[in-house]
Amino acid sequence: MQTSTLIIVLLLLSSALYYLGRQRSLTVANGEARKLHSLPSYYGYYAALWCLLPALAILAIWNGFETKVITTLVVNGLPDAVRNVGDAKLGLIVNDIRNLATGGMTSVDPDPAMIAAAKHYADLRGISHAALAVVALVIASIGGFFAWRHIATGHRARNKVESIVKGFLLSSSTLAIFTTVGIVLSVLFEAVRFFNQIPITDFLFGLQWSPQMAIRADQVGSSGAFGVIPLFVGTMLISLIAMVVAAPTGLMAAIYLSEYANRKVRAVVKPMMEILAGIPTVVYGFFAALTVAPFLRDTGGILGLDVSSESALAAGLVMGIMIIPFVSSLSDDVINAVPQAMRDGAYGLGATRSETIRNVIIPAALPGIVGGMLLAVSRAIGETMIVVMAAGLSANLTANPLEAVTTVTVQIVTLLVGDQEFDSPKTLAAFALGLSLFVTTLILNVVALHVVRKYREQYE
Amino acid sequence: MEIAMNTSEAVMSPESTIENGVLAPVRDAVGTPLLAREDARMTCRNVNVYYGEKHAIHDVSLDIGKNEVIAMIGPSGCGKSTFLRCLNRMNDTIDICRVQGQIRIDDQDIYDKSVDVVPLRAQVGMVFQKPNPFPKSIYDNIAYGPRIHGLSNNRTDLDEIVQGSLQKAGLWEEVKDRLDQPGTGLSGGQQQRLCIARAIAVSPEVILMDEPCSALDPIATARIEELIDELRSNFTIAIVTHSMQQAARVSQRTAYFHLGDLVEVGPTEEIFTNPSHKLTEDYITGRFG
Repeated sequence: MQTSTLIIVLLLLSSALYYLGRQRSLTVANGEARKLHSLPSYYGYYAALWCLLPALAILAIWNGFETKVITTLVVNGLPDAVRNVGDAKLGLIVNDIRNLATGGMTSVDPDPAMIAAAKHYADLRGISHAALAVVALVIASIGGFFAWRHIATGHRARNKVESIVKGFLLSSSTLAIFTTVGIVLSVLFEAVRFFNQIPITDFLFGLQWSPQMAIRADQVGSSGAFGVIPLFVGTMLISLIAMVVAAPTGLMAAIYLSEYANRKVRAVVKPMMEILAGIPTVVYGFFAALTVAPFLRDTGGILGLDVSSESALAAGLVMGIMIIPFVSSLSDDVINAVPQAMRDGAYGLGATRSETIRNVIIPAALPGIVGGMLLAVSRAIGETMIVVMAAGLSANLTANPLEAVTTVTVQIVTLLVGDQEFDSPKTLAAFALGLSLFVTTLILNVVALHVVRKYREQYE
Repeated sequence: MEIAMNTSEAVMSPESTIENGVLAPVRDAVGTPLLAREDARMTCRNVNVYYGEKHAIHDVSLDIGKNEVIAMIGPSGCGKSTFLRCLNRMNDTIDICRVQGQIRIDDQDIYDKSVDVVPLRAQVGMVFQKPNPFPKSIYDNIAYGPRIHGLSNNRTDLDEIVQGSLQKAGLWEEVKDRLDQPGTGLSGGQQQRLCIARAIAVSPEVILMDEPCSALDPIATARIEELIDELRSNFTIAIVTHSMQQAARVSQRTAYFHLGDLVEVGPTEEIFTNPSHKLTEDYITGRFG
């Protein structure tokens, strides 16, 4: 039986047990539901879960080990001559056997031994599937039956069902955490491989970034320097420009919207800002590359400045525009969180609106605003599309916003686009960059959350 | 303002308004809502307040005397807080709120277009239901008002104002060694006295108190009530309260509001011992409210 069919059968079985369990609870209570400890439906769920969960657990474990067990059995059945060819070759042979068994292509013409092995493999798989179906259905029936038998008026079905539901909630909440841990570990391992080839001090303190490795000794322009400083300087430069645009604009927009704007203006402007937040970054990217960058270059030309066609300024400006809604909605939230009593207190003393905002509301909301700004910075640092399109690829170590710079994210993209060889430092460097970027934004986020939390304690 | 009135006619009986046919219907308050001109600090005539479509206060005329404590009592939603907030135009901060009628302080109509709310609120200060010290130091909380109104020329002046206000509010001894600590760190009763000191610091003529003790324990309440009595020599105080005992203890005159109407006004003792209006009697004897 196919696994998917088996799951459907199990689901049908458990829904049948839901009705049986519910029915039985009413039977044992002589039709009077209030004699039961829990509502009848809880007895139904109790029986259904006991039917379903153990069977699904068996299914998961079985599927996890099936291939490994069968492969071992098949390999043990192969002639000695074939078995003792080394791990790499054996892997290929096993692959061929699997392909043969499922009717696919093989890398070499199959010999009789391999055909026999493939048949053996297919047989074992068939047996395994059949056995699994039988075992799962038996376990489901036993589980369901015992749960069904257990149902009595004093049986605490609700508590048991709810503890299982709580388990589900817990596992859902940890899913994201485990995924994050998985991502960090995978990046970490690749980064460690990179640091085995390039010393970590060269990476962290090197002033030159030129990841092309020479394949032959006489190649030019392939120095293979992995100094990360120009990338981080570029990232910081662009983030700084973005924050110079976004922080005051976003904050002032938030002040206007929360303190001055009447309801009509608010009803129009707020959704518009949210539309701005909904524009895909790739659209911002080509806006930066095709409109803003040429505009800046032409304007610079008129003013006698040498602006390169891909500049940190263009990318930073557009990124700043992109972050404005982010800053303004976070600031709006914290400004609105300042209790009305604060405003009343200031107005009651005869403070004007602007005095109230400057002296009372902003100081009270400041930690929250700072937290929001830090979150915005970490967003700017992690932003990719705009800088890929508008900032350029050359790793200049410069603080001049009119020159092309490159960022950490841009380099990760360029290192991993196209054909890869996963044993060269060039490709592995992407993971080291990813790790350092992750650590940077993580620190920023932790600091920001800490600041925001500190603020929350003030009024509660 | 919509109702044109002769400015010399500061004292005017509600009946005359009917005869003039300016507004109808006039709901007469029983008792003595109006005072002789020289006794009144604030005069309110035919005040109507609307929240959008809702008519929250109907035609209230009431004088607030010099150096008196006037208590406003009544069941929840009767409009007493709304009326109080009209007296320093705090209702301006509510978009949908409209105020009609005339409210004067020292012969100046506070809703006149030429009047700026900033000096008005310095003249008519306010203390709120919940203590709301700013998240600043105790010193800065008090100094805030004098600073925004430019009341002091130098630090010494400001120090004097701060100390004087805290002394008048009976808080000086408790906080003099920690003026630089946040005002939010004080206890509830201390915070409320801090807020009173903050209101006093701009030397207002009138102090409005909107249920100033409702968030406090009985001991802190007693302390504030004592303070209100002391402040009477320098200020006029209008206090909204839910506690009839409090009204009886602190006020000289009491005004009873009911569903947006001013029902009865009179000397506190009279209101509580011998109310003339049935509604007032029912309320103070605890039959409802």
